[in-house]
Amino acid sequence: MSGGARPGWSPDEMMTVTAARMLWDRCVCFVGIGLPSAAANLARLLHAPDIVLIYESGTIGTRPDVLPLSIGDGELAETASAVVPLPEIFAYWLQGGRVDVGFLGAAQVDRYGNLNSTVIGPYAKPKTRLPGAGGAPEIAIHAKQVFVVLKQSPRSFVAELGFRSSGGFLEGHGARARSGAPGAGPQAIITDYGVMKPAEGSEEFELVARYEHVTVAEAVAATGWPLRVAASVAILAPPQTEELEVLRDLHRRTREANSRPVKLPV
Amino acid sequence: MAITTLREAIEAHVHDGETVALEGFTHLIPFAAGHEIIRQGRRGLRLVRMTPDLVYDQMIGAGCADRLTFSWGGNPGVGSAHRVRDAIENAWPGPLAINEHSHAGMAAAYVAGASRLPFGMLRGYLGTDLPLVNASIRSVTCPYTGEQLATVPALNPDVTILHAQKADRAGNVLLAGILGAQKEAGLAAKRLLVTVEEIVEDLGTPMNGIVLPHWVVTAVACVPGGAWPSYARGYYSRDNAFYIAWDEISRDRTAFTAWIDRYVRGTADFPAFIAALRADGARP
Repeated sequence: MSGGARPGWSPDEMMTVTAARMLWDRCVCFVGIGLPSAAANLARLLHAPDIVLIYESGTIGTRPDVLPLSIGDGELAETASAVVPLPEIFAYWLQGGRVDVGFLGAAQVDRYGNLNSTVIGPYAKPKTRLPGAGGAPEIAIHAKQVFVVLKQSPRSFVAELGFRSSGGFLEGHGARARSGAPGAGPQAIITDYGVMKPAEGSEEFELVARYEHVTVAEAVAATGWPLRVAASVAILAPPQTEELEVLRDLHRRTREANSRPVKLPV
Repeated sequence: MAITTLREAIEAHVHDGETVALEGFTHLIPFAAGHEIIRQGRRGLRLVRMTPDLVYDQMIGAGCADRLTFSWGGNPGVGSAHRVRDAIENAWPGPLAINEHSHAGMAAAYVAGASRLPFGMLRGYLGTDLPLVNASIRSVTCPYTGEQLATVPALNPDVTILHAQKADRAGNVLLAGILGAQKEAGLAAKRLLVTVEEIVEDLGTPMNGIVLPHWVVTAVACVPGGAWPSYARGYYSRDNAFYIAWDEISRDRTAFTAWIDRYVRGTADFPAFIAALRADGARP
């Protein structure tokens, strides 16, 4: 079964709310499109009004009223405190060490938080060619910490990545620190079963929290490697009414905006 | 610099087998120029673009290219660029060699190209497999600290094509809003073609507004709406509904080819393309 088979809210809503709760006011967050973007904006609309959202299109401190479909929608620029060229966002702002949290999705993750968003099957003869790494490799290197959001299944949480697009803890046991990557790496993976965090020493991700309606055994079964379970597994609070209302309102405004006809000057 | 028609600009300045970059990061994507390249049947292009999305999906599906340098290829927020995928996975309509980077790497390569340096440098690609599949991603030792830094060869396209809001009659070009790597890609190229929403007497450029001066611009063509379905700030917004609709059109080879044949190959120019879409109620 899916971790989200539950009346009242969807797995996406549950993950978005859980991810949003991990962000704090005034933190500088480099946001990926999709669920990370929804979570970061939900946090901004709830408990983190002064969170600084950066999108790789060069928009800094943006406060979109609707969620962008793409990383460079006009809404992001119009509501930003600064719009800078793309080479600058990566060089001065990300590589410059000014980002607290990088928020990433992917197609696959392994036990050390390494991500694949490039290819399933051999690179030269792919079974499924995915979009590719985009901004993620350097976000994963430079953000002071990284949160990963991904629905859990043995196909997405894999023992062996076909391709490593972005580095987490590499082979674990301090390999990342030895690589010279300045950021601390992935500190949480938020799934539709719960939350995983890296174990001290091995840096292998283990289950530290679950949603009320899933069991530890189900979370283990939805993982493609033998998932370790923390000595004590916390229970995550279900989405609260206000969280769901604000999130659904945001999605409703977004749907309306996306269906609005565009007027061309020709 | 010449103010000319888009057809003449592509005829004169884009040739089979050349390295061509159409830039624009979500905003100001030169779709009309991409369509004109398809109409004129260019072949064997070595396309460069950070985010090959719909415009390259169309050009690659139409058989214009045999090589792609990129850092993210998809339909943003929607899913796959199906034609790019089909070319990589199944060599349809022909094989497509890829030269893959990260965004930060590709941005550094454009900056190096604009600066006429041989390579760009970054603290990047650590812990990724990209250098294993792209031998052009290498490293250099910092002469001051001894640190190993990643390097990427400079990108210097034969032609870069941009879309912008305005040009004046001298051919100075103004861009405003989300800029991507347009300025760098433009200055890295041997030739720079620009389509604009309008040609004005006075650009009224704000201090530090991005202007590409006329003497770095090869040709300007006025093509209002020429960034559709992407957008031009101050003129029209992004047609997100079309990006969503493209998923269905592009998923199937036959449906895709029918779309290209009817609306791009079957029309004389961009205004006729828009008129044909409208006649079919297929937007905008």
